[in-house]
Amino acid sequence: MNKLDRGLHPAVRFLVHVFFILYVAACIIPLILVFMVSLTEEKTLIANGYSLFPSQLSFDAYSYLFADFDGVVRAYGVTVFVTVVGTIVSLWFTSMFAYGLSRKSFQYRGFFAFVLLFTMLFNGGLVPWYILYSSVLNLTDTIWILIIPLLIVPFHVILMRTFFTLSVPDAIIESAKIDGAGEFRTFFAMIIPISLPVFATIGLFNTLLYWNDWFLSMVFITDERLVSLQYLMYKVMANIQYLQSNSELTASGQAGTILRDMPNESIRMAMVILGMGPILVAYPFFQKYFVKGLTVGAIKG
Amino acid sequence: MRMILRDLWRNKVLLAMMAPALLILLVNNYIPMFGVILAFKNYDYAGGILGSPWAGFSNFKFLFSSTDAWIITRNTVLYNVAFIIINLVLGVTFAILLNEIRSKFLSKLYQSAMFLPYFLSFVVVAYLAYSFLSPELGVLNKFILPWLGLEPRAWYTEAEYWPYILVLVNTWKGIGYFSIIYLAAIIGLDTEYYEAAKMDGANKWQQIVKITVPLLMPVMVIMTLLQIGKIFYSEFGLFYQTPRDVGMIYSTTNVIDTYVYRALMNLGDIGMASAAGLYQSVVGFVLILIANQIVRKYDKDSSLF
Repeated sequence: MNKLDRGLHPAVRFLVHVFFILYVAACIIPLILVFMVSLTEEKTLIANGYSLFPSQLSFDAYSYLFADFDGVVRAYGVTVFVTVVGTIVSLWFTSMFAYGLSRKSFQYRGFFAFVLLFTMLFNGGLVPWYILYSSVLNLTDTIWILIIPLLIVPFHVILMRTFFTLSVPDAIIESAKIDGAGEFRTFFAMIIPISLPVFATIGLFNTLLYWNDWFLSMVFITDERLVSLQYLMYKVMANIQYLQSNSELTASGQAGTILRDMPNESIRMAMVILGMGPILVAYPFFQKYFVKGLTVGAIKG
Repeated sequence: MRMILRDLWRNKVLLAMMAPALLILLVNNYIPMFGVILAFKNYDYAGGILGSPWAGFSNFKFLFSSTDAWIITRNTVLYNVAFIIINLVLGVTFAILLNEIRSKFLSKLYQSAMFLPYFLSFVVVAYLAYSFLSPELGVLNKFILPWLGLEPRAWYTEAEYWPYILVLVNTWKGIGYFSIIYLAAIIGLDTEYYEAAKMDGANKWQQIVKITVPLLMPVMVIMTLLQIGKIFYSEFGLFYQTPRDVGMIYSTTNVIDTYVYRALMNLGDIGMASAAGLYQSVVGFVLILIANQIVRKYDKDSSLF
């Protein structure tokens, strides 16, 4: 920040680093723990509990998950489809709306900005929202219900509008108009190319939003084929819990057999690793843009 | 009227571009607003929203005569107050400390690790919490508590621990976000103040207290007011997934959002769920207006409207 600065006293500096190293450990150790548990042999787990340093490694949990490959692959498919389609359509809707709001020559931008902002102030609550989608529009158990409700996030529109207002000079739009370009042409040929940073940022926000969503599935999906990855993880947790808490079921019958054969504990954690995997792989890339995006949002506009 | 129509026609292409988003806002946000009348109805599926008989304020009477109304309101507000204070104090502290780290590499490394939990879904976070809290196998009961010479505890059935657990989980997940916002603000501060202060012989501590914190004040105020505006709402995932929906600990884990969800999905009590939802929306609306007025007074550019 400033070159004259000789920085902190060495002892203080040392303490600051110790503090951050401990905090970083607190952020990362839970993930490593879950990963190690997913690789631990089931009997070892039951005997010793979850541990960072398992005495007996095993890939049972993964082979069990891959034996029921259909379920996992299908959930992956649902999540990937929803994420890709949702992100693209959301970017499209959001950016065009934000573009309109950013145009100074557009008389009604104040009105439409209010239409957007009012949704941040007041809402009808969960119940009317649920009834509209389920009973009126009949979108329960369709893939679209996992996409539509998240298409417009007001905060994202505001971020984009701010970006367009600040970094797209009116002269560009004027000159495009003089050259005979229509609004669509201007938008695609002029605006998008110079606004890639904000598109990347919002695209990543959207990706995360869709990838991590489980609430829409929990509320609207009963069809096994439309279960998303996050919801599958939730169900694995909830089902095993259910089976375990019903000892009568466990003692006899089918549930008992399933439970006995299944490396329950490690499977749960293997599910988490599968569900997190892509996010962790993409994380370094994500993180860079998120920080940029948040900084853009912090600029007043 | 004709003027308006002519203006609209002149902007027809822009309007066409904005139409899809407007349609989504209409369906997802505006139409449900009219559904608030459900709070005053005895909903039956045959009649639908409009055809169901009116119930007056009986849904509200029922809601507020139960002890639930008090518990969920108290929980929602107290948790949010705790979150706001912690996000402010820790967020600013972390940001100031991060800013003092000279090694670019280490600074980035710390930031990346701290920001990571923000990217995880609450389903994943609930699993991570479970790996520590599981009564039989969790790290706490199996390793840490015995090591400290303490008795294992049944975390998922004892309500008294949950205020600490939920605050800890929320901080763990969100503090990276707040730190980075404040760090971005600190980096944007004018260095001249610091140079002048150093000429006058100010030490690091004095610089932080006399320059950094006062200059950060606007960002701190806005971030805090934004959260105050949402004080009647909660992150549903935190309060539903982390405690794993265990009924025995509802006294400290139930918030308005989870209450409405359970009243709707588990009990099917549409009237009461709507009443609780409207209570939340109306109080939330008032709080946002107040918060916004204060922001406006303080910094016009940052207010919502």
